[in-house]
Amino acid sequence: MSRNNLTEANDPTLIQHDHHHDGIDRRGFLKCMAWAGAGTLCVVEGGVLKSYALGHHSKASAVAKGQLSFVQISDSHMGFSKPANPDVIATLKAAVDKINGLPEPPAFILHTGDVSHLAKPEEFDNVDQILKAASAKDIFFVPGEHDMLNDDGKSFLDRYGRGTQGHGWYSFDKNGVHFIGLVNVINLKAGGLGTLGPEQLEWLKNDVRHLKQSTPIIVFAHIPLWSVYPEWGWGTDDSAQALSYLKKFGSVTVLNGHIHQTMQKVEGNVTFHTACSTAFPQPAPGKADSPGPMKVPAEQLRSVLGISDVNYVQGKHALAIVDSSLA
Amino acid sequence: MFVPAVMTAIGLTVVVLISNPDKARSETKPQAAEVRVDNFTFGPQSLTVLVNTTVTWVNRDDIPHVIVSDEGVFRSNALDTDDKYSFTFTKAGIYPYFCGIHPKMVGKIVVQ
Repeated sequence: MSRNNLTEANDPTLIQHDHHHDGIDRRGFLKCMAWAGAGTLCVVEGGVLKSYALGHHSKASAVAKGQLSFVQISDSHMGFSKPANPDVIATLKAAVDKINGLPEPPAFILHTGDVSHLAKPEEFDNVDQILKAASAKDIFFVPGEHDMLNDDGKSFLDRYGRGTQGHGWYSFDKNGVHFIGLVNVINLKAGGLGTLGPEQLEWLKNDVRHLKQSTPIIVFAHIPLWSVYPEWGWGTDDSAQALSYLKKFGSVTVLNGHIHQTMQKVEGNVTFHTACSTAFPQPAPGKADSPGPMKVPAEQLRSVLGISDVNYVQGKHALAIVDSSLA
Repeated sequence: MFVPAVMTAIGLTVVVLISNPDKARSETKPQAAEVRVDNFTFGPQSLTVLVNTTVTWVNRDDIPHVIVSDEGVFRSNALDTDDKYSFTFTKAGIYPYFCGIHPKMVGKIVVQ
């Protein structure tokens, strides 16, 4: 990731978008990336997203005092111990400290997958033990590909997927917001990207069919539901079909992990956001030979890991997403 | 009487060697070959081997990979760094495969 992106992230004008002109067609999209300790606050109002660098967000922090506040964490990769981060336990604990230090205690936590590195029971045990210390007691999970490695996801689903459909997808409602957890990391096909599959798509179609179009929708899944960088597998083959079922809604926010860096994009009525990992950073799209773990000097590691704090203001359809690093 | 008997024995031996060279090579001398999994690629991406060759994949990445045959012929468990997976190909054919968790990674084994 180049330093230039820091400048982009600090410029709120770069990711403002009026969505009233174009429906859902792809058009020029703009993104920002939080980097090197520069957290980004993103505020969504009626489909328009604005971003502010942390420290310059007095305007946005007024909006952020919403009626629903939750935190997204992602890619804890418990069990990883390579040089990019030999102590993922410590950085997950730091993420919990960050959560517990938020001025508004979050109602719950979303974990967008790759909870573990190798889907081993002791890795899940460690995560559970660490997250017990979080102020928010409700934690909603969707699996990453690392969580479903050896047994078609059985060990993950036995632990985190009770009451879910298929391979772990589900929905729930909080404060008038409809949350949808999707699974796009199983039954992957050679040469392809993430996959939702026909069974899950059918379920999604029925899940949202009777909702009012004014209902704010928050979708969370591991692999991005937009084409971040297909060359590295950073996208989902059948996400367009999933999003077509969400066309009628005025406000749709998609929260993903997998790429270990923050990125935002607005497309029509949909705002996409990816979260940092709590374990190790990955390179910006195409900026390295492969998407393998990016090694940074030890003293910089926590500045490239982080959590996302999301606030919803009822009645205004506003979501404020604050990415903060662990530094 | 003595000389023709020796000649016959030699003749038979020669016939055996000429008629079964492939059989002798494929059934009695199993081969070994290696595919390196490095930087999210398989090297070589296409590997040609003889029947009865055992191919071993070695993961040199910091990230786990899973070796999965497109047609369900073989499937490894998750290979962490330096883990290995071997499969012996006993039939000729083309065996495409990919990484089960990074499906953009594809390769093939050609067995002759």
